[in-house]
Amino acid sequence: MPDTNKTCDIAIIGGGPGGYVAAIRASQLGKRAIVIEKENMGGVCLNWGCIPTKALLRTAEVMHLAQNAKAFGISVGKVEADLTAIIARSRQVAKTLSSGISHLMRKNRIEVVAATARLDGKHGSNWRIACDDKTTITAPIVILATGARARELPKVKTDDKYVVTYRQAMMPKTLPKSLLVVGSGAIGMEFASFYADIGVECTVLEAAPRILPVEDEEISALAAKQFAARGIKLHTNVMLDSLEVNKNQVTATATTGKKSAVFTADRAILAVGISANTEHLGLENTKIKLDKKGHVVTNGVGLTDEAGVYAIGDMTGGPWLAHKASHEGIIAVEHSVGGTPHQFTAGDVAGCTYCRPQIASIGLTEAAAKEAGMDIRIGRFPFKGNGKAIALGDDEGLIKTIFDKKTGALLGAHMIGPEVTELIQGFAIARTCEATEAELMHTIFPHPTLSEAMHESVLDAYGRVLHF
Amino acid sequence: MSLVLMPALSPTMTEGKLAKWLVAEGEAVASGDVIAEIETDKALMEVEALDDGVLASIVVGEGSEAVKVGAVIAEILAEGEKSELGKGNKTEAKTAPAKSPTPQTKSTPTPTPTPAKATSLPATPPSTSTKTTKTTKTTGRIFASPLAKRLAGQHGINLASVKGTGPHGRIVKADIEQAASGGGAAISLVPIGEMVAPTRTPISPMRKAIASRLQQSMQQSPHYYVSMDIEMDALMAARKAINTDLEARTSKASTASKVTLNDMLIKCVAATLMRVPAVNAAWDETHIIQHHQADIAVAVAIEGGLITPIVWAADRKPLTIVSSEVADLIAKARAGRLQAKEFTGGSFTISNLGMYGVSAFTAVINPPHAAILAVAAARPTPVVKDGQIVVANIMQACLSCDHRVVDGAVGAEWMAQFKAIVENPILASVTI
Repeated sequence: MPDTNKTCDIAIIGGGPGGYVAAIRASQLGKRAIVIEKENMGGVCLNWGCIPTKALLRTAEVMHLAQNAKAFGISVGKVEADLTAIIARSRQVAKTLSSGISHLMRKNRIEVVAATARLDGKHGSNWRIACDDKTTITAPIVILATGARARELPKVKTDDKYVVTYRQAMMPKTLPKSLLVVGSGAIGMEFASFYADIGVECTVLEAAPRILPVEDEEISALAAKQFAARGIKLHTNVMLDSLEVNKNQVTATATTGKKSAVFTADRAILAVGISANTEHLGLENTKIKLDKKGHVVTNGVGLTDEAGVYAIGDMTGGPWLAHKASHEGIIAVEHSVGGTPHQFTAGDVAGCTYCRPQIASIGLTEAAAKEAGMDIRIGRFPFKGNGKAIALGDDEGLIKTIFDKKTGALLGAHMIGPEVTELIQGFAIARTCEATEAELMHTIFPHPTLSEAMHESVLDAYGRVLHF
Repeated sequence: MSLVLMPALSPTMTEGKLAKWLVAEGEAVASGDVIAEIETDKALMEVEALDDGVLASIVVGEGSEAVKVGAVIAEILAEGEKSELGKGNKTEAKTAPAKSPTPQTKSTPTPTPTPAKATSLPATPPSTSTKTTKTTKTTGRIFASPLAKRLAGQHGINLASVKGTGPHGRIVKADIEQAASGGGAAISLVPIGEMVAPTRTPISPMRKAIASRLQQSMQQSPHYYVSMDIEMDALMAARKAINTDLEARTSKASTASKVTLNDMLIKCVAATLMRVPAVNAAWDETHIIQHHQADIAVAVAIEGGLITPIVWAADRKPLTIVSSEVADLIAKARAGRLQAKEFTGGSFTISNLGMYGVSAFTAVINPPHAAILAVAAARPTPVVKDGQIVVANIMQACLSCDHRVVDGAVGAEWMAQFKAIVENPILASVTI
């Protein structure tokens, strides 16, 4: 058996947006990093998540615009979706970015080892990592960044064709006529939105009382209204009992309240959350702990209970977002070299759902703020009052802002409507800079832009709205 | 073209408030015209135009606080000239404070200061001025997030006392929350109705100046105190005689006012300083500065603090002149209209709290002086004279001395001479 030994300053297990960003930061700080990745650099995000689905949703958007071209004074012929070309484009986008990451690794002199890694004990002050039992990497610092995978339900068997998770859902060989989407979080709603736009009859099943359950209730309700208007069937308070495949049909048996219900479709997508990838990592021989939900327990800078071992990203718990993983990667690296990294605040992670309409949020929902006993002010501004939105022909939506009445702190912002996933960063910066309502009101928003609706929402919270 | 820079009104001044623009943008100005008023730690000061032209642009708006000395505050352009602003002048603003004369090095070998010299800009020893500059540098802008600032206000936390943990030491919300939780002891409920919270007022430039100068004095000058009981009857009688005379000789229309006991004490102090010149001096780290005229600063309580305008060369001025000068300085001080040169420098200070009826007190030396005289109230007191108990008006005076300059015996000698002069005022006219 060929055995190679490598040493480095920081060994990073997993090349997703957490791991590869951590590696670049390590390189910037003059440390030699090795990334061990078993599949594709860029991880789920780039290959099977954020990026390829955004390509699909762009297709859906183009389709939607083409179908409505007449409203803009353009005549088009028959608008048809070419599934093969759609998927090919999505894969091409992912491929382009993946090769971009390879370039970034070379540029930063980061070695990538294609292997499955396992912690193989500590020797002196160094950790030994076994890579496919071929290569051994020795490093004083290890960053675990193995991510997560689609959560499966004990009663439901997934396959590659009928009952699938996100990975197969983004590469269908044929288009089903009808689709069941189990779970109405960001992933579920993005798939429902995409499939509905390209002509699939979609039914969404959600166990919680409302779709997009982590979003502000008001936003959830507005989203539900718009999805319903597009013909997407939404069923909430649905407890799935079974999901079975019979004669090319998927049948879901569920309980809603006290009644039982049956839903059938050509296919089903399971989007019921994710599970941390903590298996086969050799954690059982360490002091590293997992919480009840299987996430690695870390402190504020990503350090596990083993000195020198950090964990970042999806495997450490929510929010399960690439940008959170990247930030945690930077913090972990900076801490490991003795720096004083910035504080990570989960409440400052913006969440974006790229369905139609788009949804974006940051901070506390109205209910959470009230539950925390806070005295709040709420501002609302509908896109119907925004000139740019009207000009775009996309004026459904709302920007809701929540302020602490006493301090003027921006507690939360909740947005639904055109390009809100691009707008939310404004509120993210405001929160990071600890702006109060005063700075937001004094900021001059350019006209005409969708961002003016953000300004108006803030003004509305203080009874000073101008255009509504 | 000329850029108008924030002037330094005293050597220790590093920043000031632009109180008022007296000329609007676009108005014509002539050299010497007063164009703005600057509020410093102690007074309002006028800024004059140095060139003829048009006040082309005002860079620092009215009411701006903490304008750094040397910063460009406006631009005056002659006809046809182009603005230099925006070419980096705003940021490059050269520090060009009015250079203060440094008599301690130049004039010491031939100590013949003239009255003109005395009225020039302050002669604060450089050691003091550098020290002050150093301390004020550290009290620059405090960086805090908007939310942190607001929370600090709500919790009554002074931002200057909080250590920032944000980027570049910026004070963030968490720092205020920590300061608030660390310092906030639970308030016990007492049956007096609603608790009235204390209020916090930002310190004024004057308060800042008083605090730093007097703290510096107490920390750097080793103080000791010499006090004496002084019989005031002779001085009071002399005052009465002088005022009766003045009244008789001036027409009723004349505004000539009566001399006060304080005016007379200034003359007595001036005469004493001439007799014991070692007290009319100042410490300058490597040298002793010896003053040759009695430039007597008089502490005047004003709204929000106090100020010490100076009667220059009081030893050589007649009592009536001293009296009218003091009245004028006090009026200007209370109106906040003193010029910097009228309260900067001097050689000795008198602090008189007699009007409040205090029986005795000690005063903090007013740098760069070497001594200050605390004057209490004159009160009818039983005293023993020729074996008999009689009533005399006794005033307690206490001299605070900087031991680096004035030794105990010298301080005591000064007090003895002062007592002799006050108790026999005619001696004040004996200058040898």
